Amino acid sequence: MRYGLLVQGAPYSSQASHSALRFARALIARGHRLESVFFYHDGVYNAARLAAPPQDEPHLIDAWNGLNAEHGTQLQVCIAAALRRGLLDELESARHGKRGHAVESPFELTGLGQLIDLGHEVDRLVTFAP
Amino acid sequence: MSSPSDANGDLLIILRHAPHGSSWLREGLDAALVAAAFGKSVSLLFQGDGIMALIPGQGAGALGQKGTAATLDMLAMYDIESLYVDASALDRFGMTPDDLQLPALPVDDATISRLIAVHRLILTF
Repeated sequence: MRYGLLVQGAPYSSQASHSALRFARALIARGHRLESVFFYHDGVYNAARLAAPPQDEPHLIDAWNGLNAEHGTQLQVCIAAALRRGLLDELESARHGKRGHAVESPFELTGLGQLIDLGHEVDRLVTFAP
Repeated sequence: MSSPSDANGDLLIILRHAPHGSSWLREGLDAALVAAAFGKSVSLLFQGDGIMALIPGQGAGALGQKGTAATLDMLAMYDIESLYVDASALDRFGMTPDDLQLPALPVDDATISRLIAVHRLILTF
């Protein structure tokens, strides 16, 4: 089956991201395909490239990057929810006259329309929320 | 407003949070408007604390939020007219359908499970 995930919880604040990652790995291990993970609400913090958790804790942001590298899973971030929370990529950072950026490839700032499309393209869209 | 029997839309959005104190309601309504703008048929179910979104006369939030009353008034413009409200939550809050800002159809638990079954995609906020 083709899956999509919707993640609405911030990393480390709630179980949502961690559960989503475990579910992602489990469905891939069963031979299913994970097309895309869409980050919305506080889930956009999963795209914070500067996250530096203690070394003896799972690095959730690196784990998302790994899913993309190994399985080609798209990592889509709602641009409206991200900009409000200070998560800008290089382009948006320049556009808003800011220094530095918090989001980088393979995470991609995109519109909510992508979530609606994803929900209708895949066989299952599973939500992980706090 | 339509009866649940003729609802078999593309998307059901379930709103379970009160309008102030978090961005859940606003971000849920944003998803509804975007889906409608993309030509999807969208139904809304106000459940639990989410029914408080339908109390009329709300201003902007105390925390400088814009509030969602104006967004609710725009739903009809986006052809979002299948509006349902959790009947048990109405009871719990001592409200009736006449107390609501929009004409939402009260639905019992069995009807809610049918709504979830007949929609292609469910998003919960």
